[in-house]
Amino acid sequence: MAEKTSLHPAQLDYEKQKRKEEMKQQVITFALMIIFTIIAFSMVIAELNKLFVIPVIFVLAAVQVGFQLYYFMHMSHKGHEMPAFMLYGGVFAAFLTILALAALVWW
Amino acid sequence: MSTMVANNKRSFGSTLWDYLTTVDHKKIAILYLVAGGFFFIIGGLEALAIRWQLVKPMNDFVSAGLYNELITMHGTTMIFLAAMPLIFAFMNAVVPLQIGARDVAFPFLNSLGFWLFLFGGIMLNVGWITGGAADAGWTAYAPLSTTSPGEGVDYYVLGLQISGAGTLIGGINFLVTIVNMRAPGMTYMRMPLFTWTAFVASALILFAFPALTVGLFLMMFDRLFGSGFFDPNMGGNSVIWQHLFWIFGHPEVYILALPAFGIFSEIISTFSRKRLFGYSAMVFATVLIGFLGFMVWAHHMFTVGMGPAANSIFAVATMAIAIPTGIKIFNWLFTLWGGNIQINTPMLWSLGFIPTFTLGGMTGVMVAAASADYQFHDSYFVVAHFHYVIVGGVVFALFAATHYWWPKMFGKILNDTLGKVTFWLFFIGFHLTFFIQHFLGLMGMPRRYWVFLEDQGLDLGNAISTTGAFLMGLGTIVLLYNIVVTSVKGEKVGSDPWDARTLEWAIPSPPPFYNFKQLPLVRGLDPLWIEKTEGRKGMTPAEPISDIHMPNNSFLPFVMSLGFFIAGFGFIYQKYDLVWLSLVFIGMGIALGAMLMRSVKDDLGYHIHKEDLVKEAKE
Amino acid sequence: MSEHDVLNPKQMPLNPEKATLEGKNKFIGFWFFLGGETVLFASLFGTYLALNGSTNGGSSSQELFGLELVFIMTMLLLTSSLTSVYAMYHMKNNEFKKMQIWLGITVALGIGFLCFEIYEFYHYIHHYEFTMRSSAFGSAFYTLVGFHGGHVVFGLSWIIALMIRNAKRGLNLYNAPKFYIASLYWHFIDVVWVFIFTVVYLMGVL
Repeated sequence: MAEKTSLHPAQLDYEKQKRKEEMKQQVITFALMIIFTIIAFSMVIAELNKLFVIPVIFVLAAVQVGFQLYYFMHMSHKGHEMPAFMLYGGVFAAFLTILALAALVWW
Repeated sequence: MSTMVANNKRSFGSTLWDYLTTVDHKKIAILYLVAGGFFFIIGGLEALAIRWQLVKPMNDFVSAGLYNELITMHGTTMIFLAAMPLIFAFMNAVVPLQIGARDVAFPFLNSLGFWLFLFGGIMLNVGWITGGAADAGWTAYAPLSTTSPGEGVDYYVLGLQISGAGTLIGGINFLVTIVNMRAPGMTYMRMPLFTWTAFVASALILFAFPALTVGLFLMMFDRLFGSGFFDPNMGGNSVIWQHLFWIFGHPEVYILALPAFGIFSEIISTFSRKRLFGYSAMVFATVLIGFLGFMVWAHHMFTVGMGPAANSIFAVATMAIAIPTGIKIFNWLFTLWGGNIQINTPMLWSLGFIPTFTLGGMTGVMVAAASADYQFHDSYFVVAHFHYVIVGGVVFALFAATHYWWPKMFGKILNDTLGKVTFWLFFIGFHLTFFIQHFLGLMGMPRRYWVFLEDQGLDLGNAISTTGAFLMGLGTIVLLYNIVVTSVKGEKVGSDPWDARTLEWAIPSPPPFYNFKQLPLVRGLDPLWIEKTEGRKGMTPAEPISDIHMPNNSFLPFVMSLGFFIAGFGFIYQKYDLVWLSLVFIGMGIALGAMLMRSVKDDLGYHIHKEDLVKEAKE
Repeated sequence: MSEHDVLNPKQMPLNPEKATLEGKNKFIGFWFFLGGETVLFASLFGTYLALNGSTNGGSSSQELFGLELVFIMTMLLLTSSLTSVYAMYHMKNNEFKKMQIWLGITVALGIGFLCFEIYEFYHYIHHYEFTMRSSAFGSAFYTLVGFHGGHVVFGLSWIIALMIRNAKRGLNLYNAPKFYIASLYWHFIDVVWVFIFTVVYLMGVL
């Protein structure tokens, strides 16, 4: 609740500046995400070896999602410990679910 | 404000309206208690019908088809409509008080969660009057469920979907409440164990229920819209349902059992007059059980044919859960050891729980051994095992909690003598019913059969089992009688009738609607006990008396739930005639319209003014 | 904090979405909900992975999927994710008009995505007679992608409702958390899509 108290104009300017720079980083993140997407699509279109392509596009997707979570959704900011904890809890359950359904069902 | 409410006879209509629109967690707790209690009785009657059918060989009390409906609805009702909401009743009644909060994080969603559960529960039971309830077992395995004729299983699917959404909402609400709303000084490692278990159980709800949601959607699409997820003729695979169901279903066991452990931890510590032994180990064990609980679901599927590697992994993971559970059992025993033990009804249930649940845990390790499980699977041994765990663990806890927190919820102590009668009838009845079933199972009696043959050594055991079931029914009747007698004659008690340790006992019984006039300053584990040992009567306030912000009541949760309820019928009956789709549009229109209204209409709540609080204190 | 201060704050704090207790609760609660959504989509992905070869003699993913459309859809959704970051950037700077503009662009891109998706489904149904009832693969495909599409529809309606409701009164501490969590939802939709284009479409044509 400390944020309720009025801010000093200089601090406000500082924060604004900081945000502006962060916004620039967001655009760079976005550019990287686009590049990753293009790489993934072109690898598939180029019909490279399946065993090579599948792991790589998965890594690209995972990194892209990391960007999305940590930068676009601000999970890198402080105050996101609980959100991160619960999200990773979900990822853990998600991992087990996918593993079981993909690997065990047709055994 | 509150002075008007206190001791003022109100008309039935206004009381009803108050409960239909309430967002007060204490009233929602009472709603959960009443609704859960009602479904507990329905499920209990179904159980008695099952046992009566099995009282003698080749009995014809019910037909085979009705028997299938009875076992399906007994299991489904007891797990989803009795045990879960009753756990939620005590979580609602106690958790905000234990952490020193004035309310839950999302009072509106709390109410929505209840009404979704209630309408879902009603939907599940509608099948009884429209030509047959669900009959594919509470696990609803495909293809039994996808090919079951009539609408019984459709009601199961839609009913569970609606009530499951309510549970998920409730789970998120408790998580946020515990994370954000703790009183000053209430660190995580000072939270009472019931709050801790509620926290971990809510996290399990958050991660387990979505799997059920998806499973139910797939089942709904298969049954009502012609998809082929579980239909081998279309390339589908029925094992997918089993995985999704148990990915939800096993954590569900811990969703029920962990809060039960929390309840016993509170009671044992209170009536041993000792701080809980090994508090941090208890917290650690709770979290570990929650974590491991996600990695063991396939032990319900050992005989599906997952291969020896998968079976071994799941067997070992399952046995590992015995370790944190063992930690808990020993910690309860050590809490008792050297304590100034007072034996009353809540304590009797707790003492009865320890050996009973340990037996359930023992047989749990037995059925966890994959190779041996081929012998136990689908026999009465498994029936005995999970009733020892769920009844011996969860239902005992619910009885204990009813007696323990009744004074806090209603301001009167339940009669202790009648409470003890309930305990002994139920406890003896329970062991009569289920202990013998271990042996019936080992002798080869399969589960879910509506008759058994004469002279196969099963006659006497089944007769004993039925006798026990009726003793449990008798025990429950005594409890109901006790509730009536106490409500009529019982004397009012003060804020702390048990000389207890945690924050809920620091405020009046029943608590005022704003709970804490001033938020308490928490100085350690068992905060009230700390203050009492230092000679103070109550908690030291952490703030001066000031305006209290309260949420507004709302009728929208009821309307939304009603909308989904109506839409459910549309989804089911459109399989006969597409005209019924109009019900889907009407129902969804009502529900989404109510959501939109909630979204666009500002609801900022109101304030109780400082002056009123001061004035009230003087009166 | 009184009602008046919430609706008409004298000065917007640095993080208006977390300035009130209600805002903090919404913020945390919504993140938790997204944790649950992760499992929901994982169950759908798992089902899809189990059934993506079960074509029952009908159309397979190699026959059906083309990458051009999916690439355009991906670009639309990725860009809409960036525009909603811009919207939140302006929200934190208390520039309501700019936030509305960026949200408007986000919605437009989202609608574009949705139109392509509807066209795609229409195309499969009419040219390949590939429906939910064709095969287990069909059921799994339409359910997974349809669930995502349903999220897009809900997210769009949500953002539009917020934009219209608050068009005249601007930002305050009551609606800032609502805008913030709606944008979180929108990002999450994009997260899911990243896996959908990887698992369903890219792996599908391989």
